[in-house]
Amino acid sequence: MSWLHDMALINSLYIVAFALFIYGLMQMRGPRTAVAGNWVAAAGMGLAVAATLLIEGMGNWLLIGLGIAIGTVISIPAAYRVKMTAMPQMVALFNGLGGGAIALISWAQFRDTAGYAHEPVHAVIASLFAALVGSISFWGSLVAYAKLQELLPGRPMTLGRAQQPVNLAMIVAAVAAAIVITTGGASGWWMIALLAAAAVVGLIVVLPIGGADMPVVISLLNALTGLSAAAKGIALDNTALIVAGMIVGASGSILTSLMAQAMNRSIPAIIAGGFGGGTTTPSSSG
Amino acid sequence: MDPGLVQNLAVLVLAGFLGFVVISKVPNTLHTPLMSGTNAIHGVVVLAALVVLGLGVEGVFNKVLLVVAIIFGTINVVGGFLVTDRMLAMFKHKPAGGADKEADR
Repeated sequence: MSWLHDMALINSLYIVAFALFIYGLMQMRGPRTAVAGNWVAAAGMGLAVAATLLIEGMGNWLLIGLGIAIGTVISIPAAYRVKMTAMPQMVALFNGLGGGAIALISWAQFRDTAGYAHEPVHAVIASLFAALVGSISFWGSLVAYAKLQELLPGRPMTLGRAQQPVNLAMIVAAVAAAIVITTGGASGWWMIALLAAAAVVGLIVVLPIGGADMPVVISLLNALTGLSAAAKGIALDNTALIVAGMIVGASGSILTSLMAQAMNRSIPAIIAGGFGGGTTTPSSSG
Repeated sequence: MDPGLVQNLAVLVLAGFLGFVVISKVPNTLHTPLMSGTNAIHGVVVLAALVVLGLGVEGVFNKVLLVVAIIFGTINVVGGFLVTDRMLAMFKHKPAGGADKEADR
């Protein structure tokens, strides 16, 4: 049954899958069709996973089965037990896990390929971008979750005057690590440095943001995870990842600005708080 | 430049515009469910974990990283779609007043 493992078949199934994502998302624009739309998108996801498992040479079935089983067992009760009022932080948590997954995949690949040796340059750059943004999204989302869940105080927490320099230093460090890795044969510590610097950025950008602005921030982090997934798709030459990731990246950005508008807040004002541009004063303008 | 890369970039750009168009006009009440729905869709990252682990990596630590990535991705997908469904269920029953029970859970 070699035709079953043909990449043309798998890529065709991916086309059907992302058509389902897009159609589902279109249906989700209206309250009446939205429930069905969500399940259409979910069916697309099921198809995409099934198609991926058909790829020739797939192995490690036990570990794959284990991962999917544990993930399913954790997520079903989590999704059904969460209170309606606690939904935003649950979305933040799920979003963070998606970003974390990308960071972990990129790290494992880095370790497995001796620092992306023999990988084409565009794949290395895309993977590093995905790892960086994924790590920011993971740690940023955890802070958003912790704040809304009241594990952390909802009030803005800043490093004071150090906020801006630390932010800048971390971004410079992450980009520097990325450049060193791209030149090839870098030691494993560079990748850890990149992920850690991105983690610090994610933490200190979200910590100063007040609870009232959090939904907008979660939406922004959601868009970032989408972009990160699209970049990973470029690195792995996987169309389903590119399309689904980029649609989320773009629609998430639009959604972020719509949400900010609906709350009478401006995105630059919200994010400026995270970069040390003065404290944000939620709802004062609204 | 790699022709496959150029093709992928074309797909990337088109998907970006599509994303903008699809979401540009939505009622305010649907913002949160849409955020949740798109959140579930980017759970597609689980495919990346499946490919990398499935096509083989060396070393126990790498395998552990990838299994954790699959767990994270699966939670993102399954949890994401279920949570979105629960949010949307509130819209479905609102005229009949059935949303109260759901809201109390």
